Amino acid sequence: MNEPAHSLATSLPVLLIAAGGGFAVAALIPWLRWLLGERSTLAAALFPLAITAWLAAQAPAVFGGQPVAFRLPWISDLGLDLALRLDGLGLLFGLLIAGIGTLVVLYTRGYLHGHPDQHRFVMFTLMFMSSMLGVVFSENVLLLFIFWELTSFTSYLMIGFHHDQEASRKAALQALLVTGAGGLFLLAGLIMAGHAAGSFDLSGIIAGRDQVLASPLFPWILGLILIGAFTKSAQVPFHFWLPNAMQAPTPASAYLHSSTMVKAGVYLLARLHPAFGSSELWQLVVTGFGAATLLTGALMASGQVYLKRLLAYTTVGALGAMVMGLGIGTDAALKAVAAFLLAHAAYKAALFLVAGIIDHETGEKNVTKLGGLIQVMPRTGTAALVAAASMAGLPFTFGFIGKELFYTELAARPLLAAGFFIAGACFMLVAWQTGIRPFFATRTETPKHPHEAPWSMTFGPLLLGLVSLTLGIVPGLADGLAGAAASAMRGHPLEVHLHLWHGLNLPLLLSALTLAVGAAMIATASGWRSVAEALAPAARFGPDRLYDAKLKGLVAFAGWQTRFLQNGSLRRYLLVTVITLCALVVVSFARADMALAFRALSPVNLPMALLSVLVILSAIAATLSTSRLGAVAAMGVVGFSVAVFFIFFGAPDLAMTQLVVETLSVVLLVSAFYYLPPFAKRSTWRGRARDLTVSVFAGAVVTLLVLVASGVQLRDPISSYYAETSVPMGHGRNIVNVILVDYRGLDTLGEITVLAVAGLGSLALLKLRAKAGGKP
Amino acid sequence: MTSLILRTAARYLFPIIMLFSIYALLRGHNEPGGGFVGGLAAASAYILYALAYDVAAARHLLRIDSRTVIALGLVIALGSALVSVALGQPFMTGTWGELAITSTYKLKLGTPLFFDIGVYLVVLGVTVTILFALSDQETEAG
Repeated sequence: MNEPAHSLATSLPVLLIAAGGGFAVAALIPWLRWLLGERSTLAAALFPLAITAWLAAQAPAVFGGQPVAFRLPWISDLGLDLALRLDGLGLLFGLLIAGIGTLVVLYTRGYLHGHPDQHRFVMFTLMFMSSMLGVVFSENVLLLFIFWELTSFTSYLMIGFHHDQEASRKAALQALLVTGAGGLFLLAGLIMAGHAAGSFDLSGIIAGRDQVLASPLFPWILGLILIGAFTKSAQVPFHFWLPNAMQAPTPASAYLHSSTMVKAGVYLLARLHPAFGSSELWQLVVTGFGAATLLTGALMASGQVYLKRLLAYTTVGALGAMVMGLGIGTDAALKAVAAFLLAHAAYKAALFLVAGIIDHETGEKNVTKLGGLIQVMPRTGTAALVAAASMAGLPFTFGFIGKELFYTELAARPLLAAGFFIAGACFMLVAWQTGIRPFFATRTETPKHPHEAPWSMTFGPLLLGLVSLTLGIVPGLADGLAGAAASAMRGHPLEVHLHLWHGLNLPLLLSALTLAVGAAMIATASGWRSVAEALAPAARFGPDRLYDAKLKGLVAFAGWQTRFLQNGSLRRYLLVTVITLCALVVVSFARADMALAFRALSPVNLPMALLSVLVILSAIAATLSTSRLGAVAAMGVVGFSVAVFFIFFGAPDLAMTQLVVETLSVVLLVSAFYYLPPFAKRSTWRGRARDLTVSVFAGAVVTLLVLVASGVQLRDPISSYYAETSVPMGHGRNIVNVILVDYRGLDTLGEITVLAVAGLGSLALLKLRAKAGGKP
Repeated sequence: MTSLILRTAARYLFPIIMLFSIYALLRGHNEPGGGFVGGLAAASAYILYALAYDVAAARHLLRIDSRTVIALGLVIALGSALVSVALGQPFMTGTWGELAITSTYKLKLGTPLFFDIGVYLVVLGVTVTILFALSDQETEAG
């Protein structure tokens, strides 16, 4: 009986290590590099390898319906716990993430061989891997969001790895902005869903789905979450960032853009399917966008000639297929999604890695200029052949199984089946162009003389090809994994039995037809390209252009408002601040309908009256003074008089502070004189009139505010509590000080931090000015 | 501008103001005073010295870089706030103890005092940093 508890206890921290450890290991890499040089990359690959092994070891328990869970209270008041959970869906994704992660790190060793920043790329990869594992292991939706944003951030670093190239920086920023903006929508949606369900745990949201579905806000919740998922998974109309992100180094593309990050949106939809999948809105919207993306991606892919763009557009299409399957949401569709997910990750990552090898060895990215490479790189060619066969959906590859399952489901839905049919044919064309043509067409000359890539680079594609082939011949091996994942998507256990041979039926016929049409497309490939080229100008109206225009508009707006609000004139700042503040006070007066009450005003005695007159006269003198020193002195009189007021009203602490502050202010102002322009009559008559109006207005509003505030008593003042507890609890008789250092100590800690930062900031400004060349 | 009277006065006033600032800091918990006003008073002592002599002399008097004073203050304040965490209580819980100096006279010490010392140092450091930098420019460029 103790056995399960024991295994649970020992396995607890591993989930946390998987989801956070990448950051720790990344921090160690500079030292590893110092010790081992480029071999540090191989050492780093041990981390994802260990996670893969651990995940594989958990498989029997997870298949048996016993998820591994871990929970550590974190910010429980916000409903945010460090809650992680490994179930069938998490296991499928986790194995892909950690397994392909291992291969990608290994591949980096050869791909970036001799690159001075190789170790940095490995650091980014490990950080990304942990973030991604965090997404798929999170049980708490707020935690999921944190990891979600971390994947956006770490992938930004990976896409922009070649930071000295503008196109690379631009693509990285685009991916960050699109997925980051989507992430904000997602956060809003998740919070609303959590409130509606009464829990921020995924299991809680699924348990409370009836409340969420019945909520009047449900369309909003669904819409916001879908925007988050669609931006991440490059669904129409947000698909444009994915092909652009091909500026990334190929290992990053293979990792982020085929098998992991872009599938985060699919993951989220799969995860939430048990909660929302039954709603008609979900079925309509998710299926519709998925189908549109499938067609868009597949058709746009058929016109491409560059290796990675071909693969990127088919990835968009494949993501669309998975989203469509999740929208349909029947048992068969979910099984198809699970199998297709595995098949796609295996063949697409392999093809990306092969594309990287071709580019690396030949220096050529255009597939129409490549041929005959099988003679020089037999290993790469073999891997490419198998992966392409799986992508095309040929029998005896796992891609065939995935496609069959889709056709089984779609047979009853002619419209979607037609879309899938067209896409399947396009996928075949792309498979031929990326995986077969470069190796088996007539040999061509390339910019570099090609050689077979090192084992570190060919190992990954070969292993992935082996997976595609093995699972294609003995699909039953994937039963457990696909079944556990489909069960998690459904919300109750599903049995999956994958077979190579289903008998002569409609799906098989459709598969065969797809192959025939695909073959016909391959035969007429150049014709398709010219059609696509003729249509290329239409991209001007595409979302990529819209993105550019919006970004330009945003930058222009930011520039305009900065120039308007922060034009460097201190008077303008003062004017804007004072008017805004007073206007807000007036608005709240008007809305709150407060009565002026002159109660609780203390009597006025002669010294106070005289002091008031002194303050008023000095203030007027300061505005009329013709010398700067005179103005400062007059303001000093005001300040010191205020200190005397504090003494009258029994606030020695305030008085002391006011005195010292006033003294230092005078010194500060006099020191700053040096920088100021000559104290001439700079203001016009009109300007002075404006200043007078504003200052009278401000004075009146503040006076009114003070009078109203003294008459309002919302609740018992807290001062009596302080007075009673200051000595017993705070061990001090000076209540003001006890408040500062004890009751409200956290505020003070924040304030001194701000003070320190402000001090260093002004120091930097002053030093900067000195360097720029003395006098302003 | 050098003034013999100011210089002589500054040399005597400096220790007195510093003593006062520490007095204000230490008694702050029970009587008017505290780290903020104490730090400002200490800063004014240094400013007075800088006005009478020059910034370099005042800097020399401070011994360590004024930016280090800021950092030190933040570290002490944060450290005093973390004491309670080490004892298993929430962040910034005031922790008090008694130091027996003689059998009859006991000194009550608590983390809020150290927190106030941190405030004192930050305020001193920031004020002195800004004012020194301002006056420095004047002499450098002028």
